[in-house]
Amino acid sequence: MNKETIIKISDLAKIDIKDDQIDDILTSLEKILNLVDEMNSVNTDNVTPMSHPLNLKQELRKDIVGASDERELFQKNNKHIDNGYYIVPKIID
Amino acid sequence: MWESVIGLEIHVQLNTKSKIFSPASTNFGAPQNTQACAIDLGMPGVLPVLNEEAIIMAIKFGIAVGSEILDNSIFARKNYFYPDLPKGYQISQYEIPIVSGGAMEIIINGKSKIINLTRAHLEEDAGKSIHDLYPNKSAIDLNRAGTPLIEIVSEPEMGNAEEAVQYLKNIHSLVRYLGISDGNMQEGSFRCDANISLKKKGSAALGTRAEIKNINSFKYVESAINHEIERQAAILDKGDSVVQETRLYDPSKDETRSMRSKVEANDYRYFPDPDLLPVSISKDLIEEIKRNMPELPSAKKIRFISQYGLSEYDTIILVSDRELSEYFENILKGSDLNPKMTANWIITEVLALAKKTYLSVKDYPVSSEDLKYLLSNVTNETISSKQAKDVFERMWDNKENPRDIIENEGMKQISDIGKLNKIVDNIIKNNYKSVEEYQGGKDKLLGFFVGQVMKETQGQGNPKIINQLLKEKLKK
Amino acid sequence: MHNKTVSELKKYLEEKKISSVELTQHFINRIKAIDSQLNSFISLTEEYAITQAKKIDLEISKGKIRPLAGIPLAQKDIFCTKGLKTTCGSKMLENFISPYNATVVEKLNDAGMVIIGKTNMDEFAMGSSNETSYFGDVKNPWNTEYVPGGSSGGSAASVAARLIPCSTGTDTGGSIRQPASLTGVCGIKPTYGRVSRYGMIAFASSLDQGGVFTRTAEDCAILLTHISGYDPKDSTSSRKDVPDYEKECKQKFTSMTIGIPIEFLDGLDDTVKEVFEESIKVLEKNGCKFKKISLKSSRLGVSAYQVVAPAECSSNLSRFDGVRFGHRADNTKNIDELYKKSRSEGFGQEVKRRILIGTYALSAGYYDAYYLKAQKIRKVISNEFAEAFKEVDLILGPTTPDCAFKIGEKSNDPIAMYLSDVFTVSTNLAGLPAMSLPMGFKNHLPLGLQIIGNHFDEAKILSLAHHYQQITDWHTKKPKLSGD
Repeated sequence: MNKETIIKISDLAKIDIKDDQIDDILTSLEKILNLVDEMNSVNTDNVTPMSHPLNLKQELRKDIVGASDERELFQKNNKHIDNGYYIVPKIID
Repeated sequence: MWESVIGLEIHVQLNTKSKIFSPASTNFGAPQNTQACAIDLGMPGVLPVLNEEAIIMAIKFGIAVGSEILDNSIFARKNYFYPDLPKGYQISQYEIPIVSGGAMEIIINGKSKIINLTRAHLEEDAGKSIHDLYPNKSAIDLNRAGTPLIEIVSEPEMGNAEEAVQYLKNIHSLVRYLGISDGNMQEGSFRCDANISLKKKGSAALGTRAEIKNINSFKYVESAINHEIERQAAILDKGDSVVQETRLYDPSKDETRSMRSKVEANDYRYFPDPDLLPVSISKDLIEEIKRNMPELPSAKKIRFISQYGLSEYDTIILVSDRELSEYFENILKGSDLNPKMTANWIITEVLALAKKTYLSVKDYPVSSEDLKYLLSNVTNETISSKQAKDVFERMWDNKENPRDIIENEGMKQISDIGKLNKIVDNIIKNNYKSVEEYQGGKDKLLGFFVGQVMKETQGQGNPKIINQLLKEKLKK
Repeated sequence: MHNKTVSELKKYLEEKKISSVELTQHFINRIKAIDSQLNSFISLTEEYAITQAKKIDLEISKGKIRPLAGIPLAQKDIFCTKGLKTTCGSKMLENFISPYNATVVEKLNDAGMVIIGKTNMDEFAMGSSNETSYFGDVKNPWNTEYVPGGSSGGSAASVAARLIPCSTGTDTGGSIRQPASLTGVCGIKPTYGRVSRYGMIAFASSLDQGGVFTRTAEDCAILLTHISGYDPKDSTSSRKDVPDYEKECKQKFTSMTIGIPIEFLDGLDDTVKEVFEESIKVLEKNGCKFKKISLKSSRLGVSAYQVVAPAECSSNLSRFDGVRFGHRADNTKNIDELYKKSRSEGFGQEVKRRILIGTYALSAGYYDAYYLKAQKIRKVISNEFAEAFKEVDLILGPTTPDCAFKIGEKSNDPIAMYLSDVFTVSTNLAGLPAMSLPMGFKNHLPLGLQIIGNHFDEAKILSLAHHYQQITDWHTKKPKLSGD
């Protein structure tokens, strides 16, 4: 974890970190990682990772259309709409 | 000097009625953002719920390619930012995809080659970004966001553009056969990305590969791949290295160009989606789907050849489109029509007209029943083959009823031996010079006589009988 | 009226001793008079509430009495309420009006409850002191220089100050139980999957659970029944039947074997230990058997939590990009700038910090060491609990290692803040239900007793809690507030 990493991560996460904030962030992140490193005090080689606390399986939904056009409702408070489109600055691929 | 190594990633839109994780409609062509519900918009607090039909379709595909269907399949989040990706992540699959392995046979110059599949997995489609509606802005339409896709990944086992196109066509045909997609490349329901690299002939080590995106026709696949192979060969010949990157194919210029942005630098940070649980797929479900599978192109081809005695060439054409093969068999059903003759008729007459107007079988103006009637009348010699062709054109272009035409317009072939005898005698009498030449050995002149008789009968003479009579009477 | 429990208010309304409008107005007035000292509400939905109350009164007059008809309720501002502002304590959603109701909101509305306001909370539920809200700190009603706990600080403080008889909250690492403990009220976090998460703005999807704050265990039970149940819109919700928790908890209390984890008492503050041991004595005298157990990996819960929660939230919060809703920065030249500025302006420091840690933990090369490792530790912790529950019915401990701290005391020390979650996080990691109820005081600030149960054993927890509240009176103590 260093300044470069922070810059890379903040770009991935689309968050602006000002130069004068980087040191602070670096310090707190390092502290957190120290805390997190305590996990290594336990050997977990034979443990399966747990992504859900209960052993449930995914329910399946029948293939029926159940939503109607609510565009007006969803776009009500958005100033950046034109003719039903969401508008953003021009993207160049 | 260089060997090409090609792998294809195909994204197929599944034709479910609703989206993979939301109940919004998947209908094509709706006004922008009218088919994007809260879940598709990634609004705060919403959650995905899995569409059963998407799972069933994926399993169908897996069974058809002989793959393994994995139990406890997991959905994962692929994280990146793009305006047509509302949640800032795409729900896809990473570890434990629903389909693993499998294979697709291709035939090149009569030789069979097996292309292995790595995997096929389910994921949601993104929305559409439109860049040419406004000068300085881009417009986002999220109707497509959430449509189910199956991503089919091949092993890098194709060696040239021809193999790649064959593979692509076979997968295309298969998904249409299975009824899981309409495979419409123009509308974007069947998209292909190609991964291409070159390596030294005989070497085991793979070269650096480039990914070509945005190929939306079979023709372009061929051009794009060939162009890319040339491009990479030129670089390597110079002694330089190929850059691992994503390139877009530009059909207007027939070239690929580097994509300006992002993708190389992206770290997708895949992790299992905590809002979705592992999908339990029982052996019973797989068996049930297996039992209800339609006949697949490979099996149908073998059957057509043995059952109907058709040539491989003709069979491949008929079998390439499931609906066409059904059209063919519907014509044969309950009739005593000759399969070869029927196949020939479809291939030469029907497909010629269909191609002109880009029609798919379901939109043919001539039903299999009507064509069956027409062809039966040829078989029982009520009308001649030539007459049938004319009638068929009228049926196709004007939707005329063949029964009306044949009955009411007296199109019936003239098979009356007495009548024909008189005409034949007449022609022979008036062409004694040619008769002499024919009797002297010019066998080809028979065609001339037949033509003359046909002229006299306004094309309605029964050619078989005419031939017979002439041959007899012209004998010395 | 404001000293009455939900159970008592139900009777009053049914017997028409008071109308819903009167009751609603009573609490609205009280909030207006007192909440400026606490800042526990982000928005007061007065007009909406009176309209609902009028509807309820009309129904009651016609003889239709819904199960919780006319009871005023505060919703934590993390629950989407249709047509009303839902801010999640953040500038990002400052003006967001939800187009739909969360399932929890829908259920309580159907039961006839009247939403009086949306409560203040740590931004996007990230915090243990309610000091990270864009709308200002919430103060502890027992001493307004102290924190109420978080992230559901507003929900806890408002119930403690009798500004509302009950409120909803969410708990990801302790965000219901810890503030309940620090403000001297009851707060329950159900089993993961017991309550639908649909419409509950996601922080860490595999840990989040919606719950309630009340002043009595009986009230908790009443509300829990109504918010629980399978929701087809939430794939992670459970199909298990929902018992009548009120009926269950009021059954005659028979004996229970209760485990005390030795790790929870290790190095515990003297006063907290004393108060806790007093509770044990009371329960021992009244039908409970105690047994020492060991949860030796529970201390790693904080470490694992500080990976899993940020990782999931870093992904969950990606949808806040200024394009379709929420805060959008002005004058951005390209899409990258739009994202960065909108998000940097819209999110506070703690949220940014967690997004960065989460992004790091999931990134290439670190996934195994952090995220995967944390999910394994999670399994270890779960297994330990499972073993423990083979020998005991419930597990008891202090909810927090200490009473409330002063506002500002820990805000520059995130580690100290995270460590105060040590008794609560492991239950979220294991998906277990747990509840905090008042057990005493230290320096005139409340302390909470935590009861942890096995999956779907909420009835057992509430039964013990109700029993405890029949033989103690901590839950009846009231903070003194000016204007009260």
